[in-house]
Amino acid sequence: MLEVRNLSKSFGGLQAVSDVSLDVPEGSIVGLLGPNGAGKTTCFTMIAGFTKPNAGSVTFEGKDITGLPPHQICARGMIRTFQIVQPFAGLTVQENIAVGAYLHHHERQEAMALARDVGKRLGMGNMLDRPASSLTIAGRKRLELARALATGAKLLLLDEVMAGLIPSEINEIVGIIRQIREEGHTFLMIEHVMQAVMSLAETAYVLNQGKLIAHGPPRDLVKDASVVEAYLGHGAAARLQDEHHA
Amino acid sequence: MSSLILPAVLSGLMMGAVYALIALGLTLIYGVLHIINFAHGSLLMLALFAVYFLNFYLGIDPYLAIPIVLPVFFALGYALQRGLISPMSSGSEQNVLLITLALSMIIDNLALYFWTSNTRSVDIPYAYDTVEILGAFLPLGRVIAFGAALAAAPLLWLFMAHTRTGSAIRAVAIEKRGAELVGIDVNHTYAVCFGIGTACVALAACLLLPTFYVTPQVGYTFVLVAFTTVVLGGMGSLLGALIAGLLLGVIESLCGLFLGESLGQIGIFVAFILILLFKPSGLLGKVGR
Amino acid sequence: MKLQSAGQIALVVAACAYLLSVYLMSSPVWIGFTINALIVAIIALSWNITGGFGGMSSFGHAALYGTGAYASAILQVQFGVNAWIAFGFGIIAGAAMGGFIGALAFRYGLKGSYFALVTLAFAEVLRICASSFAITGGGSGLQLRLDPGVGTLQFPDRTVFYTILLVVVALVMLLTLLIKKSRFGAYLVAIRENEDAARALGIDTYKIKVQAMVISGAFGGLAGALYLQLFLFIDSTVVYGSAVSIEALIGPIIGGAGTVWGPLIGTLGLHLLSEGAKHLLPNAPGLNFVLYAIVLICAVRLLPRGLMGLAALFGTFNSRKDDDHA
Repeated sequence: MLEVRNLSKSFGGLQAVSDVSLDVPEGSIVGLLGPNGAGKTTCFTMIAGFTKPNAGSVTFEGKDITGLPPHQICARGMIRTFQIVQPFAGLTVQENIAVGAYLHHHERQEAMALARDVGKRLGMGNMLDRPASSLTIAGRKRLELARALATGAKLLLLDEVMAGLIPSEINEIVGIIRQIREEGHTFLMIEHVMQAVMSLAETAYVLNQGKLIAHGPPRDLVKDASVVEAYLGHGAAARLQDEHHA
Repeated sequence: MSSLILPAVLSGLMMGAVYALIALGLTLIYGVLHIINFAHGSLLMLALFAVYFLNFYLGIDPYLAIPIVLPVFFALGYALQRGLISPMSSGSEQNVLLITLALSMIIDNLALYFWTSNTRSVDIPYAYDTVEILGAFLPLGRVIAFGAALAAAPLLWLFMAHTRTGSAIRAVAIEKRGAELVGIDVNHTYAVCFGIGTACVALAACLLLPTFYVTPQVGYTFVLVAFTTVVLGGMGSLLGALIAGLLLGVIESLCGLFLGESLGQIGIFVAFILILLFKPSGLLGKVGR
Repeated sequence: MKLQSAGQIALVVAACAYLLSVYLMSSPVWIGFTINALIVAIIALSWNITGGFGGMSSFGHAALYGTGAYASAILQVQFGVNAWIAFGFGIIAGAAMGGFIGALAFRYGLKGSYFALVTLAFAEVLRICASSFAITGGGSGLQLRLDPGVGTLQFPDRTVFYTILLVVVALVMLLTLLIKKSRFGAYLVAIRENEDAARALGIDTYKIKVQAMVISGAFGGLAGALYLQLFLFIDSTVVYGSAVSIEALIGPIIGGAGTVWGPLIGTLGLHLLSEGAKHLLPNAPGLNFVLYAIVLICAVRLLPRGLMGLAALFGTFNSRKDDDHA
């Protein structure tokens, strides 16, 4: 569904992302992992059209969308969320979701009705009339998902949707994402919470210092020496091995 | 025509130095507090009146008024930031703009009420003395203003680079939280900075009045020029403001020469719009937008 | 129109009662004064579209107002065009100027203070141009020939003009309400609250912002063209001066930016206040601006959502009290 080929981006002298290629098949959940500063969010901003890549291409449903502005990419059915959730503070929860719904429903009544539906589906039925600014972090994460879904997006790019949540809330979000996937949506998610990645993603890519260093099922990746070293530093894998044998 | 260009450029440079001095205060405030002081021009107008009245009632020469007006306006700027702008704006950029806009409305209209819209200028013996530079005759007052304004910029730079207060100001400008943690009183430093910015305006007033006039509306004329200078120079850059001020003085002077006196300032505003659109980071600025 | 609390309804009823009471007073002073206030209310409603809903604070709405007034005046005085057609062109010219400024400013991503300053610079450039060229009458301005009648849009009877203004203000407010309740309005608010999130949700933020400037420009041009028909005379300071820009933003901020009634209520309140002050302190020109400024400082500090936001706190109908959707 999404094919990223040889994506590269540099800021000044810093090569933030170099030569990244990845595939997200329809109906799957794909993880994008890597230590802080590895270039994951930069990949997202390029895929979603917020910044233009220096090189490489992004193909969505067989069509080249490289360098298109975000609103056109969103109109084609791919949407990103933000690591720091950004609700529209002056609006109610329902109105927030409606901003997403307006993309394909130009009448207020339709958009508000769709917003109500999506909100209920994500368990926000009792908070629809509350101002978005009154939501907890977990509520805001759900709102972010709801707003994205309301645009009718088929592929959702989730940027650390679990960050800042307590374990019970993570379980809830994991459940919601499963449910949305059942409804036919596809996900590419940046995530640090390994428990969530392991239970959700069929496959994952690992970025380090802007380059892809590994790719495969999450269960195999956590055993991969290069991945361990990316997170824990040079020689860490060998030390872990030694400790394991000792 | 070409014989007119050189004098126009020179007289533009003279005026430009004063623009630069006014803009130095504004850019310092922007660079450190990250706020746009809309009342900067009104404070200039107030300083011009102060210098005018010192001369009118006490016979003090505008240049000798410097040691009186400078500390007073430093204190005024300090008090305004600490007592009005900071507590009233609750830290939002738009609120600061609105509060300082309100401040300028109060100062301008009270000045209009008490001092009427009459144009006033000081009567000094050397008012019509001229200096010949490269064959052009320039008013002595403008030449003095040029020299003093050019001298003030490096002095301000030395102050920022080599004094304790200067280091504190730079620290706060770069990293407010960090400065707070090492024991710098941020509110005090902000107010000092605002005070210095206002003192720049007072110095400009002392240098300007011998060859200029004062009306309650004069601040508005200068404030837009000062904004242009600050933006062109790169918000917060002292050297940039200096270069930009000189450049704008020349642009204004040449536009006045070619388009007619009343359109002189058009050049400045068109330059302003073009810079904001195409290079909002200015000539020497690092950050923009 | 959905108001959320007894406080807001009281405010709206008071404003309407005042506007109707002007008919009963039949005092030329009051009518003249309220006519002025209503024209300012239209430019305030114009500012409200971009500054209130869209969060793009302009400091130069005089650029739109003056362009509407000058376009209409030039067509009537210099080219002898019919007043109605010229009036229409005034509105179109305001919209075009709004679109032009918006297209330029937003093309390069200007926001916040930079947007405020660039609008101010545009108004100033236009003011200097208008005072310098022959077609705009230069420093002496443009004067319409006195020729009362429906065909020339000149109504010496102030009551008639007042009624026309009331209808126009009501129409502009109705349009504001429609915008507020539309997809376009929701998009504008989304941009005000968080532009990046808005872009991610598929909003072409550039297009929406420019469209808002066009609508705002049309309202602004309308206010300027109405001013011309009222006083039959304009010059560069009167219509392009900074006083217009200040009045455009101060009414909505006091009354409640991003609400339908806020700009009208704020403007009426301020004008009544300054009229009262005029009686206490006669012969003090400009003192109304001192008063405005003090009110503005208080409002920025104490009333972040204006009078409508304040009124919303009194007598709420339901449990949610934290909203300003009137």
